[in-house]
Amino acid sequence: MILEKTKLALQNLFPALETKEALTEDTSKEQDKKTQKEPRQNGLLQRDYSVHGYHLDAQVAADQLIEAITILDEAKYFIESITGVDWIKEDQLEVIYDFSRYDFDLCRVVIRTRVDRKKPIVPSITGIYAGANWHERETHDFFGIKFTGHPHLIPLLLPEDADFHPLLKDFKA
Amino acid sequence: MNSPIELQPDETFILNVGPQHPATHGVLRVKMEMNGEYIVEAETVIGYIHRMHEKMGEIKTYPQFLMNLSRMDYLGALGYSHGHVLLVEKASGIEVPERAEYIRAIMVELNRIASHLFWFGAFVMDLGGFSPLMYALQDREHILDMLERVTGSRLTYCYFRFGGLYNDIDDEFISSARRFIPRMRKSLKKYHRLVTGNIIFRKRLEGIAPLSQEMCRKYGASSAVARGSGINFDVRKNEPYSVYPEFNFDVPVFHECDSLARYNVRMEEMEQSLRIIEQGLDKLPEGPIMPAKKPKLIKPPAGDYYQAVETARGSFGIRLVSDGDKTPYRLKLRSPTYSNMHLFDEACRGMMIMDALAFMGSLDLVIPEIDR
Repeated sequence: MILEKTKLALQNLFPALETKEALTEDTSKEQDKKTQKEPRQNGLLQRDYSVHGYHLDAQVAADQLIEAITILDEAKYFIESITGVDWIKEDQLEVIYDFSRYDFDLCRVVIRTRVDRKKPIVPSITGIYAGANWHERETHDFFGIKFTGHPHLIPLLLPEDADFHPLLKDFKA
Repeated sequence: MNSPIELQPDETFILNVGPQHPATHGVLRVKMEMNGEYIVEAETVIGYIHRMHEKMGEIKTYPQFLMNLSRMDYLGALGYSHGHVLLVEKASGIEVPERAEYIRAIMVELNRIASHLFWFGAFVMDLGGFSPLMYALQDREHILDMLERVTGSRLTYCYFRFGGLYNDIDDEFISSARRFIPRMRKSLKKYHRLVTGNIIFRKRLEGIAPLSQEMCRKYGASSAVARGSGINFDVRKNEPYSVYPEFNFDVPVFHECDSLARYNVRMEEMEQSLRIIEQGLDKLPEGPIMPAKKPKLIKPPAGDYYQAVETARGSFGIRLVSDGDKTPYRLKLRSPTYSNMHLFDEACRGMMIMDALAFMGSLDLVIPEIDR
């Protein structure tokens, strides 16, 4: 099962949690309630597919991102999309990477990373997935997140002289 | 004084295709660096009709956003609405009556055929054959008439509701759909006789623009782009949703990886959609089309939800981040042609320009859906 394999591979990213099993849905619900007050800690969650629509949910530090994406690339996942979320109350920006599979061994993986809202810098994954190019440019358009190492980080969907980021929660038109 | 400009053997020039060009099917621009008729480098410029649907999603309440989905892909709008309603129903735990799900599937498949028909006509027209478009539009017209009677609109449907449908189908719809199926099968045969075997047509497509499986994976390609490269991937089969597991249908996969393979996939898909409609009409259960119990105000509990569906253009994903309010905290729309179009830049290097335009046609682009 690719789900188990990916879970084990991703778990290696979190040495502190190594002894513990990945949190299953029961415990993660409690975690969810907590996260409403404080930002979620980095770690791997196994989600209930019938509720959330994906199986694995890993939150990694920005400098672990390349490592996590490489694991998925080696396991032959395809890139679905990249997007962001502005958590203005926590003063953080979240970047979400979606991955899925072409074969019938269904496993959807979500990789997320949180960065400081004033200094949103994330490494680009265009070196691993060439298709991340547009997704990263779009996320840069909407949230102002800088992807270091991106070959061509200019506005994609917004006008070429756009200096605003419309999906930030404090954006005023 | 008027002597022609002579290029040096290795000199290149920049050619702008679009933003207003008939072959791009919308406001799309491709900046091409050309060496004679060969493309050295291409850069696709999108965003000319960007409308920021995702921001609208954050401002509008859930029911208010329903109509936005059909304004993304105006040819196969129902598939997108389907993803949206499935997501919100899943997030807020709304039960959908079985009859409503069956009708949804029938409508989505009809819409898929209509979309493929338009693509077929436009694609052949890109290659220089005009009359197939007229035949295709005639068949598509029957579908639009059927859909109009039930949904109230011809292109920008707002037919699905959270929990069910806006309007039930009647006997007249069922009999017209039943009449349509054999007629469409006959038309498909006609199209194959008229176009598929045509030697000029085949020469323009066979072996042109090969896309490797690895490339599809790196770009996240789906629909006929992936299936024409031998990837057996269809969200309806790989990640079954709605009532699709109840239907017996095949996913056409072609291994040639060229433009003709992508053409063949879509032509075969129309037949498979007809099979789904046929079975849907046979199995259609009686009952209500809206659930008896439904929350007045839709407020999904806080959390992060994802739903993927197979639209006419590929795997459409929609992500909802809810904070328990009556508007979404974040709504992300992952459009399939966005990923399919993205690989054009890399794939068309070294190609002749008319092959590249044929390749672009085989991607089945709808620009408002890329730009969102």
